[in-house]
Amino acid sequence: MSLITANNLSKTYAKGELKVEALKDLNFQIEPASFVSFVGPSGSGKTTLLNLIGCLDKPTSGVLMVDNTDVSGLNTRMAAAFRGRKIGFIFQDFNLIPVLTVYENVGYPLLMVQNTPSLERKERVLTLLEAVGMAQKKNKYPDQISGGQKQRVAVARALVTNPKLVLADEPTANLDHKTAYMVIDIMKKMKNELGTTFIFSTHDQKIVGEAEIIYSLEDGELTNGRD
Amino acid sequence: MLNIFKIAVRNLMRYKRRTLLTASLVAIGVVFVLVFISVSGAFKNMMIGQITDSFLGHIQIHKKGYVASIDSLPLTLNLGPKTLGKVEKAISQTPEIEAYSKRIKFGGMFSNFVETTNVRLNGVYPEDEVKTVPLFLSRIREGKKNIKLGEILVPELLAKGMKVKVGDTVVVIATNRDGSVNGKEFQVGGILESVTGPGGRDGYIHIDDAAEILRMDTLEISEIAIRLKDFDKLHSVFDRLRDKLANELNKQGKPAFEVHMWEKLSPFYNVARMIDVMTFFIKLMLIAIVLVSIMNVMVMAVYERIREIGTIAAIGTLPGKIVAMFLVEGFSLGFFGAVVGDILGIAIISVLSIAKLTFNFGRQKGLLLSPGINLQDILVISIIVIIISVLASLQPAYKASRMKPIDALRHV
Repeated sequence: MSLITANNLSKTYAKGELKVEALKDLNFQIEPASFVSFVGPSGSGKTTLLNLIGCLDKPTSGVLMVDNTDVSGLNTRMAAAFRGRKIGFIFQDFNLIPVLTVYENVGYPLLMVQNTPSLERKERVLTLLEAVGMAQKKNKYPDQISGGQKQRVAVARALVTNPKLVLADEPTANLDHKTAYMVIDIMKKMKNELGTTFIFSTHDQKIVGEAEIIYSLEDGELTNGRD
Repeated sequence: MLNIFKIAVRNLMRYKRRTLLTASLVAIGVVFVLVFISVSGAFKNMMIGQITDSFLGHIQIHKKGYVASIDSLPLTLNLGPKTLGKVEKAISQTPEIEAYSKRIKFGGMFSNFVETTNVRLNGVYPEDEVKTVPLFLSRIREGKKNIKLGEILVPELLAKGMKVKVGDTVVVIATNRDGSVNGKEFQVGGILESVTGPGGRDGYIHIDDAAEILRMDTLEISEIAIRLKDFDKLHSVFDRLRDKLANELNKQGKPAFEVHMWEKLSPFYNVARMIDVMTFFIKLMLIAIVLVSIMNVMVMAVYERIREIGTIAAIGTLPGKIVAMFLVEGFSLGFFGAVVGDILGIAIISVLSIAKLTFNFGRQKGLLLSPGINLQDILVISIIVIIISVLASLQPAYKASRMKPIDALRHV
């Protein structure tokens, strides 16, 4: 069974009289444990699509099923709870919480979202920090580590709740090439180890090549999808 | 919850200068209120003590209608032996009463053989009077600290005006309740310091001398002043005494007695009330300071952390928890300011107390002010500050929780 199914998915932004169709009748399916990339130029609708899949926004029309849930019908609270249980996020700007250490940042979703018991939380956080190679820096604050290290911490944070899906919007945009590959490698490794589905958007053609499935978006329409 | 506190405190420490400034503002407000409450309370309590312990007592009992006519000191409204017995019985059944003093109050003429003027006098049993109003003896500025038969304590203004001094002979002339006039020679036993309030400028003689001048066959009492063991029980004891005596009716079937607390008898009560009103407004000012400063900081905190709010919301933090995070931040700020303010306030009050400040009130000079603050006041002020801090954070916290993660994440 597909993890994500989109049927005639559309999103239109309206500002007064002006209407912008960001996504137009998209139809696609993504299977569990996939490593998927959405590519396309700026304004093609990549971020909008990831926002819809991540329950951060609602489609104007169409159906979007994520893990057998019609996410377009979720209210704010339900959407937050759904994200907390099922989805991990990796942001372009890392978005670590500056007042928390690396260890606390990774543990945040377990502590504040899932209320995981302390011992289990500690074990899970340390395992993931080891996996992304950040265990040595666990007591550092975000402003004491490099961009690549921040994104590795963000990957660990996204995976710490053992989500079915991780969404990454331009995760390598603020990284140099070498670090970008390192982060993609970690994501792939995690996908293989944990069976998590990774969906990321990018416009970096070299990084795109790392994806198993690539969807191209142009002016809000899917132009192709390949394995 | 502990983790929310930890995050809140770290967020506050992130902007150290702003946090310190805001907490300082709150602390200064708390200090100001505590010092004001302490000093005004000390002034109020001292003045109440002066009034009740110098001449008024805590409670007074009269025949019904006496207080309304007190300016004319009517002898027709004295308590006879029978009615006095009822009052004394009620007093004896009230264990909270420490002492009471029976007084004959009357107006008369005071002559130094050259000039004559009018005078208001109290005839008292000296031992009972001293037990009931312990500061009485300290008011005697010159002469012996006692009231002996045949001696009079003359109010200082009267002594000055009539140019009499301790040891001089004077004559007191008074009209009794039947209209006949009588006079008696007295030796000036002492000069009595004036105190604020009605009766504060009366002269004193022994009660037997008063009965002799007024030609009383049996003792008639104008007023009974009562002192309680514990001033804090004033209202409860007053209620009980009033209720006991309310059952005693006169020939017209109306209550025979009237019972009054010092508050109803002294105009200083209005000053005390005014101090309470001022204290209330000072507290309102503190609330305004805390409200504005905390709300300002919390609004800025939300505005500066929009992307962070978007991040934690995207991760799945529920709106209620986001509200809690900001409320706890406001709470911590208020708590910190209140604690610092309490410590500084107590320190300043202690210094003022050690400094032994004196002040003048009316004709009373060099009254010693002893500022102090009780735990209840400190707790009430601190709780007000903390509650207002939380309330001030409510709107920014609610705003943060209602932010759409998608918009918040886009914020630059």
